[in-house]
Amino acid sequence: FLLQSLEDLDASLRKLNSRLFRPAHDVFPRLFKEWGDQRLSYEYDSEPFGKERDAAIKKLACEAGVEVTVRISHTLYDLDKIIELNGGQSPLTYKRFQTLISRMEPVEVPADAITADAMWKCTTPLSGRPRRQVRRPLPGGSWVSFDTEGLPSAVWPGGETEALTRLERHLERKAWVANFERPRMNANSLLASPTGLSPYLRFGCLSCHLFYFKLTDLYRKVKKNSSPPLSLYGQLLWREFFYTAATNNPCFDKMEGNPICMQIPWDRNAEALAKWAEGQTGFPWIDAIMTQLRQEGWIHHLARHAVACFLTRGDLWISWEEGMKVFEELLLDADWSVNAGSWMWLSCSSFFQQFFHCYCPVGFGRRTDPNGDYIRRYLPYIYEPWNAPECVQKAAKCVVGVHYPKPMVNHAEASRLNIERMKQIYQQLSCYRGLGLLATVPSNTNGSGEASSGMLGFPMEPAVAATTQNSASAPSGYQMVAAAPSQGDWQSAVMTYAPDEAQGGLGGAQQQGYSVPGNSLMYYTQSAQQVLPAVTQGARHHVQSIGKRHSEDAGSGSSSKFQRQCSH
Amino acid sequence: MKRAKGEQDPSPSPSPGSPPEICKKLRTQLSGEPDDQEEEEEEEEEEEAAFGCDWSRLPQEILLHIFQYLPLLDRAFASQVCRGWNEAFHMPELWRCFEFELNQPASSSTESAEAACDILSQLVNCSLKTLGLISTARPSFMELPKSHFISALTVVFVNSKSLSSLKIDDTPVDDPSLKVLVANNSDTLKLLKMSSCPHVSPAGILCVADQCHGLRELALNYHLLSDELLLALSSERHVHLEHLRIDVVSENPGQHFRAIKKSSWDAMVRHSPNFNLVMYFFLYDEDEFRPFFVEEIPVTHLYFGRSVSKDVLGRVGLHCPRLVELVVCANGLRPLDEELIRIAKRCTRLSAIGLGECEVSCSAFVEFVKMCGRRLSQLSIMEEVLIPDHKYSLDDIHWEVSKHLGRVWFPDMMPTW
Repeated sequence: FLLQSLEDLDASLRKLNSRLFRPAHDVFPRLFKEWGDQRLSYEYDSEPFGKERDAAIKKLACEAGVEVTVRISHTLYDLDKIIELNGGQSPLTYKRFQTLISRMEPVEVPADAITADAMWKCTTPLSGRPRRQVRRPLPGGSWVSFDTEGLPSAVWPGGETEALTRLERHLERKAWVANFERPRMNANSLLASPTGLSPYLRFGCLSCHLFYFKLTDLYRKVKKNSSPPLSLYGQLLWREFFYTAATNNPCFDKMEGNPICMQIPWDRNAEALAKWAEGQTGFPWIDAIMTQLRQEGWIHHLARHAVACFLTRGDLWISWEEGMKVFEELLLDADWSVNAGSWMWLSCSSFFQQFFHCYCPVGFGRRTDPNGDYIRRYLPYIYEPWNAPECVQKAAKCVVGVHYPKPMVNHAEASRLNIERMKQIYQQLSCYRGLGLLATVPSNTNGSGEASSGMLGFPMEPAVAATTQNSASAPSGYQMVAAAPSQGDWQSAVMTYAPDEAQGGLGGAQQQGYSVPGNSLMYYTQSAQQVLPAVTQGARHHVQSIGKRHSEDAGSGSSSKFQRQCSH
Repeated sequence: MKRAKGEQDPSPSPSPGSPPEICKKLRTQLSGEPDDQEEEEEEEEEEEAAFGCDWSRLPQEILLHIFQYLPLLDRAFASQVCRGWNEAFHMPELWRCFEFELNQPASSSTESAEAACDILSQLVNCSLKTLGLISTARPSFMELPKSHFISALTVVFVNSKSLSSLKIDDTPVDDPSLKVLVANNSDTLKLLKMSSCPHVSPAGILCVADQCHGLRELALNYHLLSDELLLALSSERHVHLEHLRIDVVSENPGQHFRAIKKSSWDAMVRHSPNFNLVMYFFLYDEDEFRPFFVEEIPVTHLYFGRSVSKDVLGRVGLHCPRLVELVVCANGLRPLDEELIRIAKRCTRLSAIGLGECEVSCSAFVEFVKMCGRRLSQLSIMEEVLIPDHKYSLDDIHWEVSKHLGRVWFPDMMPTW
């Protein structure tokens, strides 16, 4: 895809008497010198790594007396402005993001396409032979030959030309449907669409500004209405959201050290991960999706939810970072910000997501693809599990056939366990000790005392809200659900349970004891890293961990006891 | 770090000698062990000696306070330093709670579990009030040899005598060890969580309910539930139950679940009118749901972890008047309009609802919210659930809902990238 895109770009440039050059840092000083007085312009890269790299190049250019022009075109908005509007923090909910967007200046109109006239003053030395061979860049700038003969024709052909064609088709289809609403999901939606645009947006074959404006124009034409709703640009805005969340966070793609990411003790299981990545889980639905991903480089977003949930909080309990790496390798539209952000979202590691809805690896597939067409297409060697008699299906858990693995987990058991785990983890973070599953996740959208749901018979609950807010010694980490949390509170309450990978057995393990005010203790084995709230108050870490269960001592009033315990 | 069970004998020579001497003794004792922790301990003691302050004369409250921050093994070492410290070590206030959390990845958690058992076995002179073996990582207590775990647990049960809170989900605890628990702690046990303990039988848990009349919280799997158990929990001698959590998990497709009589549930409600019944369902299909929600059941918090049919949700509306929270992971492609309206009408205490992969028409949803009004403090609906119709589109539904809820509300979103 990338090669085709580059070829396409090169071809277009050659029509304008220009060409592509090899991208590497060390090229610039030489070129600045060789080509003399000139200008350098580039597209602003909002990702932390990009910012660093570009800063270095800009410095080189300025030193060489070259005029540098930077423009924002990979995103719709100036992300720094959005962040500024939000008080210096990237918004962590999509709704908040949308609110901010609606207060921003309108999106810049896309520049016109370059024509030969526009180029008349610019020259490009066309020294060197034109590239006949398709060459593949290795990281570091050197090139190697890459044979494109014998590869099946790409489902997603690269290049701007293709992108623009698809854009027209996409808009045509929208106009024809004429209601701009999200189409209902069916088995066909799972297949690669000739109007799909996400890989082209990722690699810049299609300008997001162009897409935005074409959508706007179309809407106005069809609906005869001047203000399109934000939902029209859903795809673009999600992308923008993740870019904004990531731009100031170099640890965005990691769990450790990432201030917005829940520290969840994921399993490490290379074998299970490999099975998932190779489409050998024994769940045809999951395996078909992973097969499509590997073969074609794109899967529908609901398919992504299904496999991401299966890998992380649903079944395998493996870190989202691993899934992210696999997607990075295989998924055409997965760039750094969007990929990491989506994985965090889908694994409920961030962004205040409810974790109760688990995508069943069998059920979800059956509902989306009742005839099994999708599965048959990508796993042709499966012996038609959907046509097997009910009892056979049940007994084999929808798996039939000698060459296909058995399901690698018992989904009911795995999801039961994992829901419990997620609940424990979230409860360790918040003051919420009630029975409601929904209230376990701190809400960020409003502060209407949502902690009080499901609270029959627990006098503790109101006491928690009162004491932790008034108690001088209670650190900000306490204030989660009970109070109306701002995003700052959420960030400061994230705790680290980092396992120590280097330590094999328990010899040399540090056992840390943390005192909850009062007389209970938590023990964590093998945590070489201290359990720290991101905001450390003095030397003591008052961590409201697995808190006091009300019925511990035969006390008189449980609420008064809690107050006593909190007042240290 | 494995220490032989006999080694940790907490009866030190009560030496009136100065602390530095004792420290030196301890240091030589410890010098054989190649452990970081112990080195640190040694250094600490050297420092103490150098400073020459009389640590043995610290007031006990301060000692207790300090000891609370020490991990278990450090405390054990500290107890061997001198009589004063030994006394502090034995203060009941220090030993209210032992909560061991497994939160490490798979490779090391078995060792952690073993270490926990070792530690537990050594708590011979401690009267624990709280014991919690909690897993946020893979529950590795099941992977330990059963006897190892049981013997450790038995030590705790026999010695504690005032155990009030016990969390042993996903462990190989069995009926005989429960008998030991009951024999020693029946007066004090208030909380027992043992979901997913496959070696326990209904008779085992019945024994607990019969004897432990102070039991206020209980969590177990459905297969342990029986009419007798509910009646035992509602007997006159029993305190009011506060919270009963039941996990209904299907081990194999087509599993049959015994129905509980309405009269048993009625007895529970009569005895403990404010009790919470939390049920988590992980069943495969409609057939497995057959024995449930046929008669009135006092469930307050309901979670369906897998797909649940329209029909079952209809029955929930009919038979769950005490329902406070309903969370549905998935249903299917037929709209749940009627079922939701019925739930709004009949479940008058409903204050939290979560819908995952379901479908509800926007009009019905607005109707639902209107009927529930402001008592809905948690409304977590995936955006894809709401199907626009002639009355409402997706863009304006949130205004309607917000109006009836009295606060700004949006559905839950998933990235559509």
